[in-house]
Amino acid sequence: MPELNWLSIEDAHAQLTSRQISSVELTQACLDRIDAVEDRIQSFLTLTPESALTQAEQADRMLAAGEGGPLTGIPVQIKDVMCTEGVPTTCASRMLENFVPVYNATAVEKLMAQGAVMLGKGNMDEFAMGSSCENSAFHPTHNPWDLDRVPGGSSGGAAASVASGETIYALGSDTGGSVRQPASLCGVVGLKPTYGLVSRYGLIAFASSLDQIGPVGRSVMDCALTLNAIAGHDPRDATSVKREPVDYAASLGQDIKGLRLGVPEEYFVDGMDPGTRQAIDAAVAVLEGLGASVRPVSLPTTRYALACYYIIAPSECSANLARYDGVKYGYSYQDTDDMWEAMEKTREYGFGPEVTRRVMLGTYALSSGYYDAYYLKAQQARTLIRQDFDRVFQDVDALVTPTSPVTAFKIGEKVSDPVQMYLIDVCTLPVNIAGLPGLSVPCGFSEGLPVGMQLIGPHFSEETLLRTAHAYEAATEWSAARPEI
Amino acid sequence: MPLEPSEVKHIASLARIGLTDDEIKMFGEQLSQILEQFEVLNELDTTGVAPTGHASGLQTIMREDLAADSLDSEDVLKNAPRREGEFFRVNAVLEE
Repeated sequence: MPELNWLSIEDAHAQLTSRQISSVELTQACLDRIDAVEDRIQSFLTLTPESALTQAEQADRMLAAGEGGPLTGIPVQIKDVMCTEGVPTTCASRMLENFVPVYNATAVEKLMAQGAVMLGKGNMDEFAMGSSCENSAFHPTHNPWDLDRVPGGSSGGAAASVASGETIYALGSDTGGSVRQPASLCGVVGLKPTYGLVSRYGLIAFASSLDQIGPVGRSVMDCALTLNAIAGHDPRDATSVKREPVDYAASLGQDIKGLRLGVPEEYFVDGMDPGTRQAIDAAVAVLEGLGASVRPVSLPTTRYALACYYIIAPSECSANLARYDGVKYGYSYQDTDDMWEAMEKTREYGFGPEVTRRVMLGTYALSSGYYDAYYLKAQQARTLIRQDFDRVFQDVDALVTPTSPVTAFKIGEKVSDPVQMYLIDVCTLPVNIAGLPGLSVPCGFSEGLPVGMQLIGPHFSEETLLRTAHAYEAATEWSAARPEI
Repeated sequence: MPLEPSEVKHIASLARIGLTDDEIKMFGEQLSQILEQFEVLNELDTTGVAPTGHASGLQTIMREDLAADSLDSEDVLKNAPRREGEFFRVNAVLEE
């Protein structure tokens, strides 16, 4: 029997409900794995073993009474950008080092109401700004496939903890690729839902028109089951969308015969890793073999996505992060009686370099005389990028692209060059700009490092993306591969 | 061309972030490199194009104006760096 910490949600649920295993045993298996590998992976910012075991005991009582749902008693890591009542929520920032929320994010609340077991809080780039987890103010996280390499970011902790078997699944957040890119670099599945499908209440804001919470799992089914639990309208998030609930697991297992897939040439960029290109080409051939029709498509506005994103995201970031003034919560510089000096020192010492860079960039783009040239222009470009997607989705049901043009890079390799780091997200950013759902599923290896295939669909097409990824996963062995740590 | 130190200082003062001299120099170079990347947008003809707000198309949401409980004031003050009774304590805002 494999160790319990490697179980899928589906199998864990079956064994929990049949009382073959208890949630306490399952939770202890994850805690033992954390004890064994966490000093090398460092995917957690806060560990909560005691409350996890208490939650596991409660889950066992629920299960014994025949209560609960598919996630009852199953351990999860929560990215440290989501508020957790009574548990520190730092956003990997000195600014929030001692912040303890007094309420749960809606997505967390929904998991907890089902009897989930929280193992702790996941490492990330500070305020979710970054693509490598190196911008965490506390420590980097290491890729389980090669400890000298980054796990991707910003949800690097989520992907690394799932890939290394420290947890069964994790919740991340994705503003420009922060769930999909680390999932790709760590060889696990990550889903960014359609903007508005999952409530952002209690998700600490970075760029409000782009942020979305999404699941990270070792299988497509695990992501579908997690999405079932967290999706839905929330009156506390005015941007969340009212829709009939969907069972995202129900369509998994159905075939993809006749599915129309498009491959946009613009996503195969100059400088792309050749092994990644080969893996994506091979994956496209597998999808064709499963009965999908594949055609080349063109999204000419793709070349504007990076500029569009790096105007909109920092602009919204500079507005959102104005709240960190040292008055209501968070770090506060006290060695002065001058209000402005206190505020400037609070923000100087509280924010790391990437956060400061983006606040500065956004402040510049929104400042008097520049608003039309930058922010308004980017919001108009955003409309054109959306229209480009709308046009191709008249002819195809989904798009197939690489998730990242490169595999996991060395820790320290790109951290001093912001423009190079921003280019890493070139395949994932357009999805957030257009508010679309995107999913990354493992599709092979390049020089021993995982490669992810991204599926992109129209708004609220999560069922199609999950069904397609599930069919691909069932036809290949990639998702079963595990790193040796 | 790097941004002038005076420009970087002006942005930092708008953002209320203190910067060291080294940071002023570094951000002057880095911000101008990033701003150069934005020039590609000038190729796009956006005449008459409406800007996008909500990416999946939601319009302004209305709801009934009903009274409901919000957070307890003790909870709100729990993370306050400085408090005085029921209030956040701040430095003097108005000068003598």
